[in-house]
Amino acid sequence: MKKLAYERPIINKLNTGMPNKFGMKTEYLPITHIDEVSVKEIIEKHGSPVYVLSEKNIRATYRKAKKSFTTRYPKVQFAWSYKTNYLNAVCRVFHQEGSWAEVVSGFEYNKAIANGISGDHIIFNGPDKSVSYLTTAINNGSLIHIDNYDELYTIIDLTEKLEKTPKVAIRVNMDTGIFPQWSRFGFNYDNGEAWDALNRILINGNLELVGLHAHIGTYILTATAYTVAGTKLADLATRVKEKYNYVIQYIDFGGGFASKNTLIGAYLPGTDTCPTFDDYAEAITSSIINSNIKPEDFPTIILESGRALIDDAGYILGTVLANKRLADGSRSMVINVGVNLLFTSFWYEHKITPAQKFSPYTEHTSVYGPLCMNIDVIRKSADLPIMKKGDNFVISRVGAYNMTQWMQFITLRPRIVMIDPGGKVHVIREAETNKDFDLFEKIPDYLTKIN
Amino acid sequence: MNINKNLAISENGFVFDPNTGESFSLNPVGVEILSYLKSNMSKDKIVKTLLKKYDTDEITIEKNYLEFLTMLREYRLIENE
Ligand SMILES: Cc1ncc(COP(=O)(O)O)c(C=O)c1O
Repeated sequence: MKKLAYERPIINKLNTGMPNKFGMKTEYLPITHIDEVSVKEIIEKHGSPVYVLSEKNIRATYRKAKKSFTTRYPKVQFAWSYKTNYLNAVCRVFHQEGSWAEVVSGFEYNKAIANGISGDHIIFNGPDKSVSYLTTAINNGSLIHIDNYDELYTIIDLTEKLEKTPKVAIRVNMDTGIFPQWSRFGFNYDNGEAWDALNRILINGNLELVGLHAHIGTYILTATAYTVAGTKLADLATRVKEKYNYVIQYIDFGGGFASKNTLIGAYLPGTDTCPTFDDYAEAITSSIINSNIKPEDFPTIILESGRALIDDAGYILGTVLANKRLADGSRSMVINVGVNLLFTSFWYEHKITPAQKFSPYTEHTSVYGPLCMNIDVIRKSADLPIMKKGDNFVISRVGAYNMTQWMQFITLRPRIVMIDPGGKVHVIREAETNKDFDLFEKIPDYLTKIN
Repeated sequence: MNINKNLAISENGFVFDPNTGESFSLNPVGVEILSYLKSNMSKDKIVKTLLKKYDTDEITIEKNYLEFLTMLREYRLIENE
């Protein structure tokens, strides 16, 4: 007689009078394949843990976002936010789709150039632009988004030395009715500082003012905050036109569109609460269309959306290391993916799905990573199907920030593979080895021998 | 070990404790073990029975069995003498 599939016994208390998901049947199915490629085969070939990116998903998401804007407004340009995911293969997919590059450091600037983007299609943001990189950016005709007065005067200084006219925009911060207000970056609109900076640039005459920029925050759940931002930026553009008879070429709305991840503590899942690309596009384009800017002067709308374009395309696959019952009776599961590889678990309740068949029973479980550290919590509490040691799982929506903000801590960083639209799996970043890591270290002579 | 003999165990995985009015939900292996306990089956016999029926090993069953008892104790469905 064939034996039955085994599952460890579980018992959950039902709380009467309160809607509760304990012990209820799970609604989700195992993820056995990503883009028709077997999860188990990826793990066999490329190890566990391993990051997986779906190129098909990146392209589809990008096209969907772009269409939301181009159906509402004539001039739209995306610029890929490098910090969100600067794997060269990922950047090149976005560049092939027509995205420019948005960078915030010399390191990212070099990457964009190496990825084949021409200097005049690089937006240089952020508070950290060295004189040497500003010089490169000016010589390349890149779009320099000025963050503060010190930077403005450094650039004015450089124009005299280089005898070039830099293309500049100012970053503007403002109250858009949401919290937190990102007031650290750029010039404030509400107290008149942004208007003052614009006057200084236009009176100077050695700088070419090309745009206005705002990045009002990240994971913005209120699309109408962008309407407020657009209205304020359009007001600046209108005043510039009135006073100087000068037309500003573009308004850059930064990033900040929410991905469909669920924030920790949120009552409803992100899939139910996040605005759609159409919602954001409606909020943004209407702010320009309904402004006092004349249609012949309509600026190009630039978008630096990061997480919303790449989160869904990324997965991390891993393995269950152990199941434990803690002293207080609660159940916990230890997996081989820690916060060093999944930085975003500090904000998101990431969905963990078994990669093999599971029964409809769930258990309330804490999920911990493999690091020998108390902070290494992937899910504080989740109703998860029962998995045993050695089982595989898929964590979804991890494409944004994890492959850049990861840490080499206690373990080495694993391989990253990308599935092309034809279903072929490509290694786009090798797993790190001890040897790679040792390349950066030097041992003083007197320490070569330890006894 | 004392098991509460009044427990109402339904085949679809629900258990009702008339002493406290509390309800629990269990998966099939959980129901099975609880029923064996109710009929005073010994630990060795339970482990053997499960081993014969399911595709797993003795160590796993023993480990899971002991953990399961911890939970039953936690919910006061069994008590140590
Ligand atoms: C200037 C700028 N643009 C774009 C982005 C991308 O933001 P998001 O991933 O929220 O779309 C960021 C992220 O912080 C940013 O600072």
